[in-house]
Amino acid sequence: MQNESVVLLTIVTESSIETKLIETIKAQGAQGYTITDARGEGSRGLRSGSWGEESNIRVEVLCSAAIAEKIESTVQAKFYKHFAMVMYNHPVNVLRPDKF
Amino acid sequence: MSFDPILLFFILGLLSGVVRSPLRLPPQAYELVSIILLLAIGLKGGVELSSTSFMSLLPQILVVAAMGLALPLLAFPVLKIAGRFPRADAASIAAHYGSVSVGTYAVAAAYLANLGVTFEAHMPLLLVILEVPAIIVGVWLAKGAAANGQWRSLAHEIFSGKGIVLLLGGLAIGWIAGKDGVATIEPLFFDAFKGVLALFLLEMGVITASKLGDLKKYGFFLVIFAIGMPLVSAIIGGWLGLCLSLSVGGTAMLATLAASASYIAVPAAMRISVPEANPSLSLTASLGLTFPFNVLVGIPLYLEIARWLHA
Repeated sequence: MQNESVVLLTIVTESSIETKLIETIKAQGAQGYTITDARGEGSRGLRSGSWGEESNIRVEVLCSAAIAEKIESTVQAKFYKHFAMVMYNHPVNVLRPDKF
Repeated sequence: MSFDPILLFFILGLLSGVVRSPLRLPPQAYELVSIILLLAIGLKGGVELSSTSFMSLLPQILVVAAMGLALPLLAFPVLKIAGRFPRADAASIAAHYGSVSVGTYAVAAAYLANLGVTFEAHMPLLLVILEVPAIIVGVWLAKGAAANGQWRSLAHEIFSGKGIVLLLGGLAIGWIAGKDGVATIEPLFFDAFKGVLALFLLEMGVITASKLGDLKKYGFFLVIFAIGMPLVSAIIGGWLGLCLSLSVGGTAMLATLAASASYIAVPAAMRISVPEANPSLSLTASLGLTFPFNVLVGIPLYLEIARWLHA
């Protein structure tokens, strides 16, 4: 009932690109996603989350390793250059792996 | 000189930001406060519009839209040549300064009301009109013909933005409901306006303080521009107000609208449409300097300019 090939892909980025990012993720075949508001600090400075233009989101996607790879390369090409963004993935054990 | 308490809230926010107090409005509360302000401004204008004919306002609408197109065209070469900013950055900053700040408008409305100076009640309509053209000019300046494929998504970004939806929505509700209809929601939107504005300014003070540190990074030219540009724009706005035979209050309002720099609608649209522009550059200028300058010094000055023009 558990499936090692499901990965959790996490993207932390600017909330201003939420709509475009989600479009991109879905176009690569992701079945769903979860977004939470986030704040923190990185190479682009403090992202305090205190108001619209300075807020971050954390997008989590559960998908197959193959889809994760597709998402990663597309997102990287589209957004890495101009937007504050980090992206990482790790294998996870999930119930009902057929959902992803 | 008597200080309006709402300005003291702004200064309190500034000071607490400077001493790094953890004070801040919860993001959702700030969101709510700005929603109430936008709706209140829209409603107020809408109620008055219900007793005016649209056609009589058309000349004003056209002139104000033209001003929105012209201001960024004026700012762009200054930023690009004198300021030596890269094209995208110059275009983005120019767009910020051609558009308007609703927060500044709200403070000016409260300031004039305090002094008993009346102004044309359809000002919120001009506020909405002035938000848009600068964004289009900014994207065009940054991208030129390359922007052609983008206009659809840009239009969606602009017109679905929170500011435009709430201002236009408020105008429509006020217009449809009329004065009597709106009476039932007056306690929240009109009576509590200044209290809500005080909370908004408290948070704006904190945000402004957080931008002040960045000023050092960007050098002296940006400081000069962030103060100089509003002054030049205010004179243009005031002069246009006079040409449109607005009242003294209305002229001061139009000068304030021209002088204010956007920090909500334009940054959001520019981030999507001109991602290569550095967003922190324009926000540091518009929030770190122009907003506090307008709120604390500019608005009274623009009223004086309006009085002088009308004298």
